[in-house]
Amino acid sequence: MSDIRTDTAPAAADPGPQKMGWGRRLIFIAPTLVFVVLLGFFLKQLGEDPSQLPSVLIDRPVPAFALDPLPGRGMALSSEDLKGDVSLVNIFGSWCVACQVEHPYLMKIKESGYVAIHGIDWREKDPMDGKRWLEKYGDPYTRVGLDPDSRVAVDFGVTGAPETFVVDKTGVIRYKHIGPVTDEVFEKTLKPLIEELRKS
Amino acid sequence: MIRTARALALAAVVAVAAGLPAHAVQPDEMLADPALEARAREVSKELRCVVCQNENIDESNAELARDMRLIVRDRIVKGDSNDEILEFMVARYGDYVLLEPPFKASTYALWFGPVLFLLLAGGVAFAFYRNRSAAAGTSGAAAVPPPADLTPEERRRLDALLRDGDGPNT
Repeated sequence: MSDIRTDTAPAAADPGPQKMGWGRRLIFIAPTLVFVVLLGFFLKQLGEDPSQLPSVLIDRPVPAFALDPLPGRGMALSSEDLKGDVSLVNIFGSWCVACQVEHPYLMKIKESGYVAIHGIDWREKDPMDGKRWLEKYGDPYTRVGLDPDSRVAVDFGVTGAPETFVVDKTGVIRYKHIGPVTDEVFEKTLKPLIEELRKS
Repeated sequence: MIRTARALALAAVVAVAAGLPAHAVQPDEMLADPALEARAREVSKELRCVVCQNENIDESNAELARDMRLIVRDRIVKGDSNDEILEFMVARYGDYVLLEPPFKASTYALWFGPVLFLLLAGGVAFAFYRNRSAAAGTSGAAAVPPPADLTPEERRRLDALLRDGDGPNT
């Protein structure tokens, strides 16, 4: 019986693990690969705010519009007013809490005289609400237009307030900032862009 | 009896649930012409509420959704086709505003992804089980080699161990 114990026995066992090799390996490799790819996507998404939709309006002319002024304020806003110099168009509303957070920063920009800010007073139930709000907190705007039924807001692809658009000299939208414009946002993002747009 | 009661209760729940989303559209928004209103509802169901993100504007109670519904109706009255209205919204909010993403190069991964994953998973499972049954069927013995018989020398040692319970060294 000793002749069974030969060197061929372990060799015959070898093709087994080898044949299962790539199928088996795939079982382990495929989920790992999928996991790594998904991990990559998730990590990328982790730092992003899902409400920050990229605007399709970038590098497109501002939509044509002509809005009514706030009662007794004058200086209404239309798309024609956005040509000539670089300007900011700020979507706000007296009902909007984040706009109150943003407001002091807008006042600072106005006081610096660096760039004109135009306001679109969005979804005001009563036009007087917007007027009183500006009287209470200060009025950083050059021109203000009332958009009670979101017609112009939708034309601008607005999803919430506040939103701020940078419009170049020719009336083309160059940038959209979602959320309050703080000192940091203005100094690091908007100001350099405005400077660049003024040169061109 | 109990079964009927259960069925009735379930029917009631379903009826209530089915009725709920319709409340977002207020009577004062509706168009007088039922055919146009039906089209407005149809288009609204394809548009995402950009504030709430995972609801269509027909079901959303957000104020912007209401305004978008009114714009949809406005455009229907002005003679836009359903597709023209969808294009109008896409021009402002991007493809994102459509609940069903359009079929184009940038969305191929989205459309084909699930099918590809299914095929991949199926292929892996097939390969795995085929290998396993092949291993079990033909080379199950080869996978675990049978113990070889003892050599005469080993047998002598074993016999000695069994006989006096001590190793040859002790």
